[in-house]
Formats: sequence, structure tokens, C-alpha cells
Amino acid sequence: MDKLLENALKGDELSISRVLTKIEYMTDEGMKYLEELSKKAGNAHTIGITGIPGAGKSTLISSLIEEFSKRRNKKIGVVMIDPSSPISMGSFMGNRIRIQDKTMMNNVFIRSIASRGHLGGVSSEAIMLIEAMDGLGFNPIIVETVGAGQTDTEVVSSVHTITVVNVPGTGDEIQALKAGIMEIGDIYVINKAEYPEADVLYDEIKFAIDSGNWDGWKPLVLKVSALKKIGIKELVDAIEAHEKYLKESGKFTKKIDERRKKMIELIIRRKIDEKISEVINKEALDNWTDLLTIVNRIYDDVKKSL
Amino acid sequence: MEKRIKVIIAKLGLDGHDRGAKVVARALKDAGMEVVYTGLRQTPSQIVKTAIQEDADVIGVSILSGAHLELIPPLINLMKENGLTDVGLIVGGVIPPQDVEKLKSMGVDEVFLPGSSLKEIVEKVKKVAEKKRGIKIGQTT
Repeated sequence: MDKLLENALKGDELSISRVLTKIEYMTDEGMKYLEELSKKAGNAHTIGITGIPGAGKSTLISSLIEEFSKRRNKKIGVVMIDPSSPISMGSFMGNRIRIQDKTMMNNVFIRSIASRGHLGGVSSEAIMLIEAMDGLGFNPIIVETVGAGQTDTEVVSSVHTITVVNVPGTGDEIQALKAGIMEIGDIYVINKAEYPEADVLYDEIKFAIDSGNWDGWKPLVLKVSALKKIGIKELVDAIEAHEKYLKESGKFTKKIDERRKKMIELIIRRKIDEKISEVINKEALDNWTDLLTIVNRIYDDVKKSL
Repeated sequence: MEKRIKVIIAKLGLDGHDRGAKVVARALKDAGMEVVYTGLRQTPSQIVKTAIQEDADVIGVSILSGAHLELIPPLINLMKENGLTDVGLIVGGVIPPQDVEKLKSMGVDEVFLPGSSLKEIVEKVKKVAEKKRGIKIGQTT
């Protein structure tokens, strides 16, 4: 076996990190590593933390790390996604600030990743890193999505347990009844529960959940203060209850199949997207007349070059 | 896919002023780099651990406290001990001009004093990444 991968499997952090970079950039070596690691993957419980920017996702993860490391003696993997600039393609990733006091823990490996133009909360890179970390023996793996909007629901097919983080003051119960992010949670967290409006939000979300039809798992609603560390034990209990439910119902492995399908889909999309921008950038538009002709020509070029 | 330069921007030591670090981090983001901002009061070992896990190409450290000659040597030693010899190190902040050469002889790649232009910083970070990690801008993997 390759030396770098071998050292990564032994737990050497720099080797793990460099393996992940090669996978992230889909180099030939990286794809081979991913294939190798996939063979070992399938055990980790993957937990998605999603919600609007500023909801307290990173701070919540900090508390989760603390509680999980009390309960398990496995290494905890954390993937934190922040948005890439649509203008410069650069990224300012600040999630680590909220978990500063956990960064020196030996049982935690945290990796920040930029969304690189992918919309939907979770990118191909992120799922590849989840798969690789699973193969490297991390368990659980906690994934923080990009500060998600109403339709950023791609996280559904990427992780086992989806925790949607809500905060008081972001809307009334009409928001809680809408399609999208309010349909995908396995657990709904009302963070910043010390705020006076938190009880109202709790009732509204509870109503939205209770008025639905649930087959199998009925989503839980919990009040938490990530900063004051209130309700964290209960949240981890809920996460573990969901894990148990998935395992007993046979959905745990099914979710991993779904994740792998999503991974393949996103890798293909990434490659097609690159082709599209390549072809479209070559196109000269001085003869701007027939839109359909231009679209078809570019489409044919992309098809041919794939 | 094009390799993006990944930079850690950290405040090393005990001073609490991070405006400069944020301005630099923002400029690097605007230049297309992926910047991990670690925030205030980082120890050398925290910075090295972050650089390992993030696989940073360049570490950028901001110091305004005057403790650079005390804090940079342990940072450099830890980088060496942990195999980060191919990672760039830049230092910025309130550094007396006479200390610039001292820092460079310790192994710091670039030092930025007050008044450095953001354009100059961006260009030099790119150069350091290229020198240390062999990353060329526009290079696809």
C-alpha cells in the first residue's frame, strides 16, 4: 500500500490531512485513496448540522465534540463548510473560532472546506471527505453545512442524522410550515434558548412537527443553549437514539448507499460544470442573434467533450 | 480542478487586536485564496495543529504585542518537528525594522510592517506558496 495512506491509516495527522487534500482535488492518487478508504468505510455515524448563518452551528459543534468525547473513545471527525466567493472564488472560513478550546484535543480532527461554487449546502468535496474520514476510522463524523437557506436540502442524502438549528426571532410559524429545510430534520434544535422568544419558536416548530404524518421516526424538538451548554446531553441522547433507530430499522446502511450515490452524482456534476464553463468561456458572442442555436451549439460541444 | 492557496491567519500570543489580521484575511479571500481564520490568542502549538489538519500552504501570523522574538522561534521549531518544512510562514504586525532580518534568518519567509500594501501582501503570499509548495496560480491538478 502507498506509504502516505498507510501512515494516515495509522493515525498520523499530517498524512491524514494530505490524503484528504488529494481527495478534495480529485487527483488520480486521491481517487485511488478514496477507493481504498471506501472499502473500509461504512461504520461511522454521520451527523449533519444545518441552519441559517449565525444560528450557532459551530458553537453547537464545539459542545457536541465535548459530549461525544466523554461517551466514546473513537476519534471524532469534523468537516466544516463555508461559502466560496462567487466573485473571487476565495473563501473566509471562520468556523474554527467557535471551537478554539477543542482544537488541541487529540481525539478530534477538524477540517474546513470551501463550498467552491456548489449550492445546496454540501459539496462533492465534503461528501468525499466524509467517505474518506469514515474509512480512516473516525466516528462520529460531524458535518457543518454552509449557512443554509430554505432550499439547501442536499444534506439529506449525505448524512445519517440531520440536526436543523433554529434561532428565535427569525420568523413566525408560517416559516416552520414551509417546504424545504423544515421538512428534512431528524432533530430540530432551538438554539439560544435563553432568549425570551425561544418558547414561542419551540411551540411553533412543535406544531409543525405534530401536524405532520411521520412514518417510523418522528422528529424531535429540543431547546438548547450551545454557548451556555444547556441541553447538550439531551441533544446527544437524541442523536444516539436516532442512530439506534437507523441501525434497528436497517436504514443505517441504506443511508450510506444513498450518500455514495450522491457522491458519484456530485463528482459527475462537478466535472460537467467545469466542462460547461470551459466551453462557454471559449464562445464568442459577437453574433448574438439566435439564442437557441447558441445554446444547442454549446450543449453539443459539452456533450462531445465529456 | 485549480489548486487554491490555503492560508491560516492567526493571532499569535496575547494581544487582542485583530483588525489587521482580519483585513489581511479578507484581502487574501478577495485574491481567490481559501483562508482559515483562527481568531485571537493562539499558542504556537494551536497554530501548528490547525495548519496540520487544514493542510495549509502558508501560515500567516499577526503580532502586535512585541513578543515576536519570543513566540516565533517555538512556532518554527514546532513546524519543523511536525514535518511542516514545506509550509510557508509570514509574519505581520508591529515589528521593529531591525528585527526583520532576525526573523528571516530564523526561517520566516516574509515580514510585513505597518504600512505594507495589501497588494504587496497578496503577491508575496502567492510567491511563498509557490516557493514552498510548488503551487502555480492557474495550475490545475
